[in-house]
Amino acid sequence: MNPNTAQLNLEPNIDNPDDFYQHLIDMQRDLSEDEVQLMNAKLILVLANHIGDKAVLSQAMEVAAS
Amino acid sequence: MLNTYTYPEFDYVQSPEQRDGKLVRHPVVIIGAGPIGLTAALECAAQGIPAIVLDDNNTVSIGSRAVCYAKRPLEIWDRYDVATPMVEKGVSWKLGKVFFKEKLAYEFDLLPEEGHKMPAMINLQQYYLEEYMVAKCESLDNVDLRWQHKLLSLTQHDDYVTLNVETPDGIFALEADYVIACDGANSDTRKMVNGEFSGQFFQDRFLIADVVMKNDFPTERWFWFDPVFHKNQSALLHKQSDDVWRIDFQLGWEADPEEAKKPENVIPLLKQMLGEDTEFELEWVSVYQFACRRMDKFRYGRVLFAGDAAHQVSPFGARGANTGVQDIDNLGWKLKLVLDGKAPVELLDTYSEERVFAADDNLKNSTRSTDFITPKSKSSRFFRDAVLQLAEQHEFARPLVNSGRLSTPTPYVASSLNTTDSEVFSGCMAPGTNCADAPIVKNGEDTWFLNQIGGEFTLLVFGEAPEVESVNQGGVDARVLVVGRDFEDQTGVLTERYDGQESTVYLLRPDQHVAARWRQFDRDAIKAAIATVTCQH
Repeated sequence: MNPNTAQLNLEPNIDNPDDFYQHLIDMQRDLSEDEVQLMNAKLILVLANHIGDKAVLSQAMEVAAS
Repeated sequence: MLNTYTYPEFDYVQSPEQRDGKLVRHPVVIIGAGPIGLTAALECAAQGIPAIVLDDNNTVSIGSRAVCYAKRPLEIWDRYDVATPMVEKGVSWKLGKVFFKEKLAYEFDLLPEEGHKMPAMINLQQYYLEEYMVAKCESLDNVDLRWQHKLLSLTQHDDYVTLNVETPDGIFALEADYVIACDGANSDTRKMVNGEFSGQFFQDRFLIADVVMKNDFPTERWFWFDPVFHKNQSALLHKQSDDVWRIDFQLGWEADPEEAKKPENVIPLLKQMLGEDTEFELEWVSVYQFACRRMDKFRYGRVLFAGDAAHQVSPFGARGANTGVQDIDNLGWKLKLVLDGKAPVELLDTYSEERVFAADDNLKNSTRSTDFITPKSKSSRFFRDAVLQLAEQHEFARPLVNSGRLSTPTPYVASSLNTTDSEVFSGCMAPGTNCADAPIVKNGEDTWFLNQIGGEFTLLVFGEAPEVESVNQGGVDARVLVVGRDFEDQTGVLTERYDGQESTVYLLRPDQHVAARWRQFDRDAIKAAIATVTCQH
């Protein structure tokens, strides 16, 4: 692994994890399956843009796919 | 239908060789007189190679077809002195807008800088394009356009190719040192060499229509995702000459193409889009399915493939004809050197190497656009719609909106013909890249840099003139061109684009691509670079 490549952070890093988790579930509770899919897609894109770094995003996708 | 243009009928003329029963060996025979075949004829003529063109038809393209011609092809056609009528008749544009439902999602500008002779894009009906090239060919002594000549079969030998050709007067044979196959996506020539042609078909169809109407829409490419007038599908609008507009409607895979083409089905679609009160006339309609495919290699012995015969792309991004023209730009000078015995036949393999590389770039981009316009899976559709919705209000999503990335040249970054930089240069003019244009002054007149180069090797020198007028390597001459002596860079744009610090030297290929560059005039280095770029060992 190239020491100069940014690394995906897999250490606990979410503020108030239980609050975040509830927020996520609540936001989607009353949505249809299709609405949930669309919203998840948007959320992925918004967060991906915030991260920006291609290497980090690739690592994230690998974790998600495993 | 087909009212705004009178299709010419070119005369069939029996060749003396057929009439007299003589077997003649020609240096180059070109199959197909479409945009790429005609470009090949003009390129050969410019290189001093007599060219025969065989076409089984006797007129120009029916319908507007390709429409969008990009800057690099225009620069190439300018080398043959045929671009001026195209730019004059065509509609120049560079701005595009992409709409999602009723709102603007994304805008682009294809040429955000000044200082180029050619526009970013022109829209021109293909029949005009071909008409101008045919007229140019007819004015040249060393181009022979043979209409109603159909290639039936060919046989390759060590030193030449035998072609069996059918005309209204029967079948006859002729021979060629080399054949350039420009006979389109369904190329028969490709089948004759058992050429591989693989990739993917997209399960979707588009209806394309030329519509005559007067209106004030700006000269911009407009693309819609899910517009109110064509829900859940895409649409595209382009302005052409003679008040002819090109309108494309995505039909989806279930549509019956024969039904969809009928005027009684097309007109209601157009009325929905343009409004009940807009007056228009339907000029031409076609339905097509698209594919992204290419041959494994573009040289099969003495037969070279160019244009759609070699590679086929979906149209989003105008990468079809525009790529084919660049194929010919790459091939012509190489063929000339090989025919003259100044380069080994291996140089023709670099045509395949460089243009397969470019084809892959174009296939990649066309495929990505097609996936965005016609998502292949449910999940992909959600992401596509997510991008479009986010793009309405958030700038970050706009670069993801992909209704077509418009054709640009592909720099041959890893080509075996390049000499790698040994020094640091700023800007984009790296080896393998097509030369940027720039405004210059020559003999007191405003003109353009690209018009000073091309067709042969050039040594572009910034600063003091070297002692020699050219450098020769193995029979190949590179002619010295000095900035400041042979023309002036009054605006400084050329020097900036080429990082032309004092005593900088560029070796430029006949196709106006950079082969090598240095910070001083070194004859040995130049000779080595010429040897590299012509495969001389």
